[in-house]
Amino acid sequence: MKKKKCVAMLLAGGQGTRLFALTDRVAKPAVSFGAKYRIIDFPLSNCTNSGIDTVGVLTQYQPLILNEYVGNGEPWDLDRSYGGVHTLPPYQAKQGGEWYKGTANAIYQNMHFLDRFDSEHVLILSGDHIYKMDYSKMLSAHIARGADCTIAVIDVPEKEASRFGIMDYGEDMRITSFEEKPKKPKSNHASMGVYVFKKDVLVRELTEDAADPASANDFGKNIIPKMLREGRGMFAYSFSGYWKDVGTVSSLWEANMDLLGDKPAFDLDDPSFKVYSRNDPLPPSYIGAGGRFENSVMTTGCEIYGTVVNSVIGEGVTVLEGAVIENSVIMQGSVIGKNVKINYGMVDENVIVEAGVVIGDDKSDKDHIALIGRDSVIKKGTEIKSGEIIERGKKA
Amino acid sequence: MKTLGIIFGNLHDKDVGELTAVRSLASVPFGGRFRLIDFVLSNMVNSGITKVGIVTKTNYNSLMDHVGNGKHWDLSRKNGGLIVLPPYGDGDMSLFRSRFGTLKNIRQFISHSDEDYVVMSDCDNVCNINLSDVLQAHEENHADITIVVRKKELVNKKPRTIVTTDKAGRVTEVVNTDKASGEKQVFANIFVMNRQFLLGIIDNADELGYNSFTRDVLARGVNKYRIFAFMQSGYFANIDSLSNYYKHSLELLDKDIRDELFYRDGANIYTKVRDSAPCKIASSAKVTNSMIADGCVIEGEVRNSILFRGVKVAKGAKITDSIVFQGSVIGKNSSLHCVIADKLVTILEDRTLSGHETHPYFIAKSAVI
Repeated sequence: MKKKKCVAMLLAGGQGTRLFALTDRVAKPAVSFGAKYRIIDFPLSNCTNSGIDTVGVLTQYQPLILNEYVGNGEPWDLDRSYGGVHTLPPYQAKQGGEWYKGTANAIYQNMHFLDRFDSEHVLILSGDHIYKMDYSKMLSAHIARGADCTIAVIDVPEKEASRFGIMDYGEDMRITSFEEKPKKPKSNHASMGVYVFKKDVLVRELTEDAADPASANDFGKNIIPKMLREGRGMFAYSFSGYWKDVGTVSSLWEANMDLLGDKPAFDLDDPSFKVYSRNDPLPPSYIGAGGRFENSVMTTGCEIYGTVVNSVIGEGVTVLEGAVIENSVIMQGSVIGKNVKINYGMVDENVIVEAGVVIGDDKSDKDHIALIGRDSVIKKGTEIKSGEIIERGKKA
Repeated sequence: MKTLGIIFGNLHDKDVGELTAVRSLASVPFGGRFRLIDFVLSNMVNSGITKVGIVTKTNYNSLMDHVGNGKHWDLSRKNGGLIVLPPYGDGDMSLFRSRFGTLKNIRQFISHSDEDYVVMSDCDNVCNINLSDVLQAHEENHADITIVVRKKELVNKKPRTIVTTDKAGRVTEVVNTDKASGEKQVFANIFVMNRQFLLGIIDNADELGYNSFTRDVLARGVNKYRIFAFMQSGYFANIDSLSNYYKHSLELLDKDIRDELFYRDGANIYTKVRDSAPCKIASSAKVTNSMIADGCVIEGEVRNSILFRGVKVAKGAKITDSIVFQGSVIGKNSSLHCVIADKLVTILEDRTLSGHETHPYFIAKSAVI
């Protein structure tokens, strides 16, 4: 078989604890976003749009919905007879299997996958960011510099820098320092969690790391600092498009809101760089005679009889008469009853909000989003305060 | 019950000449994101049929592009699946003019299949019918032929096939006429036959003097064969003229019809997926009683209309009682009333176009106005 130039390994096992009820039963990459997508659609579509046709998806936490969603990879054109998408869960071996201990350990345990395709380079991605990126440009830069490892960087606002892996690099893009989540960041060059390694280098580093009992087996904490200490060829690749870490409720809400407006911060409507997704076969959405739908997006199968302003409405959502939804995200299959008021709310999939419910109050804003977990039923007349979280399946 | 599906892709192209100038009737867009063939194909798939032949004759580029290898209907199969049957043979295209001639031409396809039954359908029917029920009735009646019929109020002078049945549902008379009026049982152009029976008829057609399916096989055969009728009582639209196309399209703005057509017992209508972005409706927009597909960007006013995927409506533009196909762009302050705009139409700024409810104004594909 012909060698692959580059295969991608997508770390999709994270629990995403700061998304609370949203990740009760699903892994973070399977959380809904932007009316018709799930977070994992972005790295998968990026791979397809970058000509990378072999992707290992490493799953661990609550993988069922994620596995079903990825399936054979057909929506992303990743159903290939040689290559394509493969889900790689932890497995049991003769010497006893174990859970993935860290990001590096997850890849280490799937070295057989890298060996099978024996690519020259390995692209490592995470399943918790929203962005459109052509990885082939990064790969070209990586090859041109003969780098051992290339890390994608994006400049973030200084006050947020301590949430990321922060690095410094010279004019030649050679990385000089790297600190994971520093208290006092030296710069605002943040790691996007997108790495390209020479495959042989990656195999060597992972093997050494696995032999070190003191290691947390993590790329940001162990592998990258060690390679820097040893003076390996580490380069930064600067990316300047839209990129958002959606690890918290307010950042996920913000990323959804970034789709709105006449000139949205994040524009999905680009036929030359489509984001692919798996969707139900539903008819187009309908807005009723008394419906109002302003500065908002939705996808197929919605029925809108109430008012929707500044919001993102997922597949097959129904909004009944008299309901008013503002500054909110309603995910697929949910039904919003008559005269319901929602302001600064996130309603997960398949929630039923009965008539007259009020979600949000005068303290509601982007830092106080009310969150309703999937499959919940919110009983008639309930009031849910700003920032309140209703767990999955609860009947409030 | 192994069943083969056959769809006639071109039979009635002439009926809707405007829409079929650049495509076959099977690939005429309908309902914001679908093509007419999606309905019959999905009906077959939802009824457990896994092998479907589509008979084509002319203008079938768009149809081939739409159905591809059939994967969107789950018909990309190792065994069976979707098979497009292009014109074949001695170049005698006249064979394809009738249903019977078409069947003669694809005899080999039918004889090489091993299914017990054959379901055949035209592609201009918009309905969500459970064909398993038809097949079951066919089996229980030990029928040679089962035809789907529906009740229809006949008003105009179009020729129709009127079917009379006895109490048991057995067909006693089939008449082709344009003189009938009032509510009648008419043939819905969907029918089931035992495959061997069908082959027998094709092979003995010359001997029997058969040229037409309805006139010869049905009308002359009522006493000779066991022909039964199956009543389709749900929503059913037959697209046989531009004004009918317009009328039935806008019927989708009725929730009950949408529910019946798209959500019957979880039997969805499948179509080619295009991965458009979600539709975006701006603060300046006003959209009421309309169906809006993905990829639309609306800044103007839309009322009582259907917009297909990726339609752009600029500020100040006004679309009422209209149907706008995929990728069309409506410029600032232009207005459309009772218009059907085909794919990729560009309406520049300040244009006013208007038809009438019974005579919609049609704009051809890729036109710039």
